[in-house]
Amino acid sequence: MGYQWNGQEIAADEEGYLTDLSQWNPELALLIAEDEKVNMTDDHWEVVNFLREYYDEYQIAPAIRVLTKALKKKLGEEKSTNKYLYDLFPYGPAKQACKIAGLPKPTGCV
Amino acid sequence: MYIKTDPSEATQIDPLEMPALCPGAMAASTPWVASPDHQTSCGFPGELVDNWKEKAIEKMGELLTKYRSLKVYLDSCVKCGACTDKCHYFLGTGDPKNMPVARQDLLRKVYRRHFTLAGKWFPSLVGAEDLTEEVLNDWYSYFHQCSQCRRCSVFCPYGIDTAEISMAGREILDHIGKGQKYCNEIIGKVHTIGNNLGLRPNALRSTLEGLEEDIEDDTGVPVKLPLDQKGADILLVTPSADFFAEPHIDGLIGYAKVFHAAGASWTISSYASEAANFGMFIGSYENMRQISLRIRQAALDLGVKRIIFGECGHAWRVAYSFLNTLAGPFDFLDPRYPVPQHICEYTWDLIEQGKLQFDKSKNDHIRLTFHDSCNVARATRMGDKPGGQFEIPRAILRTVCNHYFDMPADTIKEATFCCGGGGGLLTDELMDLRKKGASPRMKALQTVQQEHGVTHMAAICAICKTQFSKVMPDHGFERDSILSVHQLVSNAIILEAPQDDD
Repeated sequence: MGYQWNGQEIAADEEGYLTDLSQWNPELALLIAEDEKVNMTDDHWEVVNFLREYYDEYQIAPAIRVLTKALKKKLGEEKSTNKYLYDLFPYGPAKQACKIAGLPKPTGCV
Repeated sequence: MYIKTDPSEATQIDPLEMPALCPGAMAASTPWVASPDHQTSCGFPGELVDNWKEKAIEKMGELLTKYRSLKVYLDSCVKCGACTDKCHYFLGTGDPKNMPVARQDLLRKVYRRHFTLAGKWFPSLVGAEDLTEEVLNDWYSYFHQCSQCRRCSVFCPYGIDTAEISMAGREILDHIGKGQKYCNEIIGKVHTIGNNLGLRPNALRSTLEGLEEDIEDDTGVPVKLPLDQKGADILLVTPSADFFAEPHIDGLIGYAKVFHAAGASWTISSYASEAANFGMFIGSYENMRQISLRIRQAALDLGVKRIIFGECGHAWRVAYSFLNTLAGPFDFLDPRYPVPQHICEYTWDLIEQGKLQFDKSKNDHIRLTFHDSCNVARATRMGDKPGGQFEIPRAILRTVCNHYFDMPADTIKEATFCCGGGGGLLTDELMDLRKKGASPRMKALQTVQQEHGVTHMAAICAICKTQFSKVMPDHGFERDSILSVHQLVSNAIILEAPQDDD
């Protein structure tokens, strides 16, 4: 599986996660989100951008709790609950948001 | 069968209801195949080898010599049928190849063809068959529709262990180059990074520090989650999901509070930051051993006296049943304590000694039941009495929660149902199978919801917790209705506030 973007074939694994993380860009993110039936709003971008920043530092996506805590600091109580994250990314904030952010899928018993 | 208190009020729900047969219904259910990188990280050929038939038979012959049990299981089935309706995947899918006997027969028919006299000479008379591509595909599909929960083996008059047969099937598949992506990618990460998630020490440290802040904000008590602390008494080995997912992380907070209340000296290791051992799921002794040796190494490096395992089902099986064989002897640990111990044993011991105080009313908004995780229930014990693995978690829950109710007797304890995601099947491409396999447990839960108003279920397994948070919303429960046992402990425990120096 892969994505057609700007005349290029961008490689992805069976589930649509990018195989080369350096190929990610915001337009490609919109394309992935479309496949996921997620309509990207500013709220979605807040999450995606935080995931990418965290990944840059730690080479892994943050725990859900770390994500909600960061959102709470920045956007307040209402936009930091698990329910809020699931409303944005119905398949689960960790997996679906990571896919759109061009990050690898979290593995393990999660 | 379970007797309902008031049949007029309860809808008829039977968790054990026999489904209509749907031959081939799940033939297309297959997990992603491991990539060459994932395969080689576990010591297997990168892709399907050219002479896979010969290699598969050769490997089967090797396993039959190595594991006497496998040969006994393949020889002793008399087709009595006792197992047929005991598998949650059969009950959920109706596919007859998910009857444990039929799943075993996928391997047994090839065994008979190559390793029994009658099968060599009169194959059609004894159900012996050659290994064809079709059979190989069936192996790949249906040995990944067994969560190795061993419920069927409880009911088998010969004690045939389907889990061991599906492990052997997967080991053969790995050795001919057709492994499963989910398990093998994860095992590779444990070998290189130390845990299933691929969580590096700096990320782990940052996560633990964040939790310390959260606990102090919440309780005013500086509860610590030490990492790589040399000279600590206790090494806690817990599934890496406890550092990442919900409700797992709330269980981790609970362990930390218990250690704090007991005044214990403890640490987590970044080198052995994983309790889970997926080597067991793929039947690979060598991978299981390598993963276990990391725990030994961490215990030696940190100079601990005890090893305690967190809430992880199959980890406790590997730890309780195999750790000493795989990575022992542990003669360098304090002989006054069991090697290893389960966090529930540790907490219960403190409760019995009166060392922990609780405010049970903190859990009064919860009407609780407990899901026995398959590997804990049928392959381990806790404490020093038979059945301790059933009674100790329940005793803890009754200590911290006022409203506790068991699910129907034929769906708990040794007859417990798998969550539907165990044994290396907790992967998104198998979601259809996972949802169907969860249905017997969900029906059992609905019976206590109707009869006792149960709102939440607790578990002591990372896989169960993730699986239930995914499937419970389909059955009228909130995603956060699945709880860690130590999350309930965490809610109710009374921590002494530090003395004010000012």
